[in-house]
Amino acid sequence: MHIVVCIKQVPDSAQIRVHPVTNTIMRQGVPAIVNPYDLFSLEEALRLKDKFGGKVTVLCMGPPQAEEALRKCISYGADDAVLVTDRAFAGADTLATSYALAAGVRQIAKEQAVDIVFTGKQTIDGDTAQVGPGIAKRMGLQLLTYVSRIVETDLQGQTITVERRAEGGVQLLKTALPCLITMLENTNELRFAGLPAMIHAAAYPVRKWNKEEAGIEDLEKIGLKGSPTVVSKVFGPSPRSQKPEMLDLSTSNLRDVSLNLLQKVFTRHPTLEADLLMKEMS
Amino acid sequence: MKKPSQFDAIVVGAGPAGNACAYTMAKAGLKVLQIERGEYPGSKNVQGAILYSKALEEIIPDFRDDAPLERHIIEQRMWLLDDNSFVGTHVRSEDYNKPPYNRYTIIRAQFDKWFSSKVREAGALLICETTVNHLIMDGDQVVGVQCDRENGDVYADVVVLADGVNSTLARKAGFHPEIPAGNVALAVKEILFMPEETIRQRFNVGEESGVVMELVGRITDGMVGTGFLYTNKESLTIGVGCMLSDFTKNPNRTSPYTLLEQMKRHPSIAPLIEGGEMKEYCAHLIPEGGFHSIPKVYGNGWMIVGDSGGFVNSAHREGSNLAMTTGRLAAETVIKAKAADRGYRADSLFAYKNALDASFVMKDMHKYRDLPSVLHKNPQFFTSYPDMVAKAARTMITVDGVDKKTKEREIFANLRQTRTLTGLVGDAYKLWKAIR
Amino acid sequence: MSETPTPSAAPAKRPAGRGRNLELSDALKAYKGVWVFIEHDRGHVHSVSWELVGEARKLADKLGCAVAVVVLGGPDEALEKFANEAFTYGADKAYIVHDPVLKGYRNEPFTKGLTDLVNKYQPEILLLGATSMGRDLAGSVATTLLTGLTADCTELNIDPATRALAATRPTFGGSLYCTIMTLAYRPQMATVRPRVMLMPKADASRTGEIVHDTLGMVETQIVTKLLDFIADAQSNKINLPYADVIVSGGKGLKTPENFKLVFELARVLGGEVGATRPCVQAGWVEADRQVGQTGKTVRPKLYIAAGISGAVQHRVGMEASDVIIAINTDANAPIFDIAHYGIVGNAMQVLPALTQAFAAHFAQRSRKVA
Repeated sequence: MHIVVCIKQVPDSAQIRVHPVTNTIMRQGVPAIVNPYDLFSLEEALRLKDKFGGKVTVLCMGPPQAEEALRKCISYGADDAVLVTDRAFAGADTLATSYALAAGVRQIAKEQAVDIVFTGKQTIDGDTAQVGPGIAKRMGLQLLTYVSRIVETDLQGQTITVERRAEGGVQLLKTALPCLITMLENTNELRFAGLPAMIHAAAYPVRKWNKEEAGIEDLEKIGLKGSPTVVSKVFGPSPRSQKPEMLDLSTSNLRDVSLNLLQKVFTRHPTLEADLLMKEMS
Repeated sequence: MKKPSQFDAIVVGAGPAGNACAYTMAKAGLKVLQIERGEYPGSKNVQGAILYSKALEEIIPDFRDDAPLERHIIEQRMWLLDDNSFVGTHVRSEDYNKPPYNRYTIIRAQFDKWFSSKVREAGALLICETTVNHLIMDGDQVVGVQCDRENGDVYADVVVLADGVNSTLARKAGFHPEIPAGNVALAVKEILFMPEETIRQRFNVGEESGVVMELVGRITDGMVGTGFLYTNKESLTIGVGCMLSDFTKNPNRTSPYTLLEQMKRHPSIAPLIEGGEMKEYCAHLIPEGGFHSIPKVYGNGWMIVGDSGGFVNSAHREGSNLAMTTGRLAAETVIKAKAADRGYRADSLFAYKNALDASFVMKDMHKYRDLPSVLHKNPQFFTSYPDMVAKAARTMITVDGVDKKTKEREIFANLRQTRTLTGLVGDAYKLWKAIR
Repeated sequence: MSETPTPSAAPAKRPAGRGRNLELSDALKAYKGVWVFIEHDRGHVHSVSWELVGEARKLADKLGCAVAVVVLGGPDEALEKFANEAFTYGADKAYIVHDPVLKGYRNEPFTKGLTDLVNKYQPEILLLGATSMGRDLAGSVATTLLTGLTADCTELNIDPATRALAATRPTFGGSLYCTIMTLAYRPQMATVRPRVMLMPKADASRTGEIVHDTLGMVETQIVTKLLDFIADAQSNKINLPYADVIVSGGKGLKTPENFKLVFELARVLGGEVGATRPCVQAGWVEADRQVGQTGKTVRPKLYIAAGISGAVQHRVGMEASDVIIAINTDANAPIFDIAHYGIVGNAMQVLPALTQAFAAHFAQRSRKVA
């Protein structure tokens, strides 16, 4: 079995700060991590490898430092890592990214046929969830998103059955391999890397492909040129005009402060009081 | 049973000492594995952030090409503060404004990351988020380390401990006893963001030059310690630190954070930081026991560098340069030992101690060896003296119709009253003895 | 009322081309109309579709064009009823396709259905809800049509200079916002999360035109088979996005046991319980309770945040709430920047006090009424 997992290196958005004065992103010192959603897909791929044997290749389109993210995946058990990196990819939106990644997967498939492509559900820095569906469309792969559980994989019959999370319930879907899967978060728990794997990953020669090596045929489809969406501006949220009304616990006791708060809220928001009373009565 | 070495050397820790050591060895072609406990190099490290060029030049001569540097320092201020005033010295020279610059302010997290990338470029392997639990011994020789991961044993010819002030490895192996609380200071710092323009105007510096301020006095609430304020490109670093034992003994139970808040409100300091937005806050322990608290720093198959060896000169606030230098000296010892095929037992690694003694590291540590205990036993330096000096200065400077001679007498009377003549002479002697 | 990001009134500057095409071709200029894809399941339309119809109406009024909805489904599904309901919310037209292969959502037939309609009737804007179905479909459709797609938008406007859709969304973890436009491609696609846009008012007198179309696909062509649908147990259903009252807890509560104080207050108020991402990740509460950028967006009438610092990732999920009360021991916590009322105190003490106060107040009021 050969599985390709597409990952992205993203800034740890939990630690990103915006400069309070200039409103610019302060990227310095913010660690770059593997997009957390991708790790659920990676773990699922590794579990399939554990079960059926075979190989897991991780693929990433990014700047040179994205190599770190690929190494991390090697330490968890991926067998091979490819970084598709080229200045020409800069500024790519999701359409251009899915084009480049699809080309990368095709190149990898030339070396060994690919049974499943995994991507993360979405990224924490883009949140669009578009690249997985985009790669599937371009490669003519069946698309299974929001997968909560892989029920059965039949390598002989080349089919796969999954549970897919939908509104109000779970769909049971069966489709043909090769296919593209995005895993829902918290569907599995990522394994720990042992020390030998960490050392192996630190020394691993990550393969780097420029646009030619990645098999890009149409240069108009990558990078900024291949991106239909244009960011016309970035701005900070406008500051709130009103400060909150702070209730002081130092001068009155808790009970009085609570009653006072209710008074204030209900006097100023009478409809709210009415709504709550209705709930209370029902 | 001794397993074969997978590496020439293992360096535990990726702070300034560990990086200096790993870099130097890797550059010389040794197979090096560096193990860092934090998420990334420098994530566990905290520093008021001054880089001493000389120490780094000896490791990476052209570091200025791509190292992330904030401002080069052109002015040093030393302030003695009482509750609402300060008496200070400023030293600024145009010489400091001519490259190559002697000192820079840096942001620790960014700098360590850069240094680490250099280490890896030089060929060392780095793994993070991995803690070394024990040293692996073969008889009386260190032959490797055991980590907190599955199959966590890895073997090397020599292990260099660069695991910082909280190091337990050497102690666990019985190489030295626990560091008493009296030998450690607890420092807290904040980074306050401030537009470049404001910093320039407030501190009267250019776009790339900066100021460093050392603060002493009532700001440490009677405890032994100092405060500091550094200018970075678009932020200020402000902090204060005191001996850990003093914090526990302090009758006011002042917490480090409260100390910092009080210092920030001091009428001489508040205007300097006005408008700054606090975006990072951290605390760290600093070894401050000085010369007398340096443990054994080498043995059979092991050496200690940086903070974990107590190499901090608190009188001059120097720690990272000693860290980098000790890291380099340890590396050079390993390189020479390998080349001479001398093995890595104590009889070979003693060359590290010799190198330390011959360098500024031990010379300075020795010079200030009595300072920690003198300061500790004489809190008046942090209480009465700032008050007296401030009062004396005010008396002299205030023009109020009183003649100068009377003022002089008043000042001396006040000094003698607070400290008595014997006290004053005694203090002067103690201080002189401590720093000679 | 919380502040939504307000970009300057001046139209966005045309960004530098850098070699790429930013001009709309004449063929694409002919694309007209604002479309909304109607998401439905087992006889019920997802509210996000109506929220989008309301939004589409505003956009269409600015452009001077019509609003149409697309409804795809099985032969026996009440698609015409959904269309009529769409008209009451502001739609002018409905494109309906009945086909056996469209019963139950699958990517392949729905992508074909929607893209065929788009290619035939050529709308300039296409909106979908950012739900499991919506995101699955939007990415496929955008890639098939080779057009631009902006996801999870918090605001949709028309740029007066270009008459293009200006889609605003949070970026960098929610600390900033960016406005994105698709200038040279059509249709301009955008997805919006449930509860971000306001539910429009229904006008029962409104009607519209229904156009039926065909799919042109048979079951044997479709590779993915829908074997079954297992509905969630109703009793366990947590519907945070549409709750009127939410009491939320954060890591400031210190232990998972303290969450029962949050549940208690929610019970007295008849509301739902929410939580921050760290609490969900620590396993203190179910993932469905997560409010924030990677959780649910909510806009209740009352939101009480207990032991929540107010990091941007959480804030973007709840800042549109009508009344926000925040409880935190740290007076500098960012949650106080968006709260209407704040108490600097220990949630473990304040929550029970508030619970008692509310309970007493309601008891008193209902006695008066009774």
